[in-house]
Amino acid sequence: MSEAPAAPPAASADPARAHGIDLLVRPPRPRAGRRLLPARVVALCAVELQKLRHDRTELYTRAVQPALWLLIFGQTFTRIRAIPTGGVPYIDFMAPGIIAQSAMFIAIFYGIQIIWERDAGVLDKLLVTPTPRSALVTGKAFAAGVKSLVQAVVVVLIAALLGVALTWNPLRLLGVAAAVVLGSAFFSCLSMSIAGIVRSRDRLMGIGQAITMPLFFASNALYPVAVMPGWLQAVSRANPLSYQVDALRGLLLGTPAHLAADFAVLVGAAALGITAASGLLGRLAR
Amino acid sequence: MTRHIGAAPPDDAVTCTRLTYAFGGTKAVDGLDLSVRQGEVFGLLGPNGAGKTTAIRCITTLLPVPSGTVRVFGHDAARDRMAVRRLLGYVPQQLSADAALTGRENVTLFARVFDVPRRERAARVAQALAAVGLADAAERLANTYSGGMVRRLELAQALVSAPRLLILDEPTIGLDPIARTGVWEHINTVRAVTGMTVLVTTHYMDEADQYCDRVGLMHRGRIRALGTPAELRRGLGERRRAHGAPATDPLPTLEDVFRDVAGSGLDDSSGDFRDVRSTRRTARRVG
Repeated sequence: MSEAPAAPPAASADPARAHGIDLLVRPPRPRAGRRLLPARVVALCAVELQKLRHDRTELYTRAVQPALWLLIFGQTFTRIRAIPTGGVPYIDFMAPGIIAQSAMFIAIFYGIQIIWERDAGVLDKLLVTPTPRSALVTGKAFAAGVKSLVQAVVVVLIAALLGVALTWNPLRLLGVAAAVVLGSAFFSCLSMSIAGIVRSRDRLMGIGQAITMPLFFASNALYPVAVMPGWLQAVSRANPLSYQVDALRGLLLGTPAHLAADFAVLVGAAALGITAASGLLGRLAR
Repeated sequence: MTRHIGAAPPDDAVTCTRLTYAFGGTKAVDGLDLSVRQGEVFGLLGPNGAGKTTAIRCITTLLPVPSGTVRVFGHDAARDRMAVRRLLGYVPQQLSADAALTGRENVTLFARVFDVPRRERAARVAQALAAVGLADAAERLANTYSGGMVRRLELAQALVSAPRLLILDEPTIGLDPIARTGVWEHINTVRAVTGMTVLVTTHYMDEADQYCDRVGLMHRGRIRALGTPAELRRGLGERRRAHGAPATDPLPTLEDVFRDVAGSGLDDSSGDFRDVRSTRRTARRVG
């Protein structure tokens, strides 16, 4: 090679500047270990918000179902008073359940996006960046949370329009946002874990369809746990969606809730999900 | 700098030693020895199924290194993955830009995940986009880009972190000739300034001839011929003359060299998977 080895920076900066790429000569300094995870989470959440800004179709189409649940199911059951709600109108009682449901629907199909990214090479490229798999999964989980949160805002507004008496206390709303993000983080990790196992969009779609409704009905979203048969109560107690709904109901309506336990379960479930999905993500890279 | 510390020769960008990777019973890479020198454009050539992509995926840390060693600038790709990744820019075979984002957003994501500080992020992204001629299309969604533009966008994504080693897997596959030339011109402009090493796989022999400093012809999981394109062609020409070919014969092309390497001792040079597998099975049975 005729090139001088390791030319001094001063000499190589000039042609770089002449080509307008002087910044592309210098690699960026690595971020310190503990600041890496939040930085990756922010990066992946930013992408999710950018996508929502460019194309809001999904936001609107996904608002149809919760609106119908509240409008038809909610109003009808409010009239027949068949379900003991502890004094709140039924539509108020179910509104937090519907918020949790619409957030869960988004999260549970998030794995499809991961498989699509795998097929398109996007995932490979992210895996070749200085991003540990756990950080990538955490970033994706929170990105799903952000997407669900935007959806939850739409459902909250629909509920408010239908006359549901929701809190507007900013602190409580912050808690609502946290519950939505944590629940979605868990369900998206569940989805990504299944994606890592089945490794095909069609199969994941089938499994997603198969588990969303059971998760929804085996929770306290539509009726209190007390009216369920014993076996269903047990299932409901193992279902993170129940804890999410309990927290949302307590925060939005002010009904008695077990907020500390709810958030502990949600944080634990999200951490467990992130661990599982990080372990299975490698299977998608093969 | 740690350049001269460690066991690996400091002047190699990539060193693979007896790298072997098997999918089930099929050894996609079979004892590959490869060194890529710093600053060169190295072309890994070969037909589909030769093991090029598998080798690349081991070097990029996407696949584990089950047997043998892979070093990137002295860092072990099996153990020191994060250090290796920080030195790499990678453009996979598929068109992998995110179609739902704009060109600028696509590049910004990679600036973020490579820890480009906020104060220089916008400027760096702008330079990367300008370096591949996409400054004017930066605000458009990538799903409005042509194939050549997507490839250049991916190049900008890879370049924004100032990689010391740019790895391109079939960068010009499916592109029209003008787009192909465009991709290579942008690579070479940036390379001339930054001195980065380029490792590229391709099965376009003409492209390898024109743009690669050295090429390795890969067949059945191993490098079968190595040198500058001119050396390889001259070598085959001399061998042919030694076997009685007239001196007036035109200099062989890289494709001739490849046919010579891949075809020797084989019935045909297709090298498909079933072919490889059955050969292996026979070899194992024979001992």
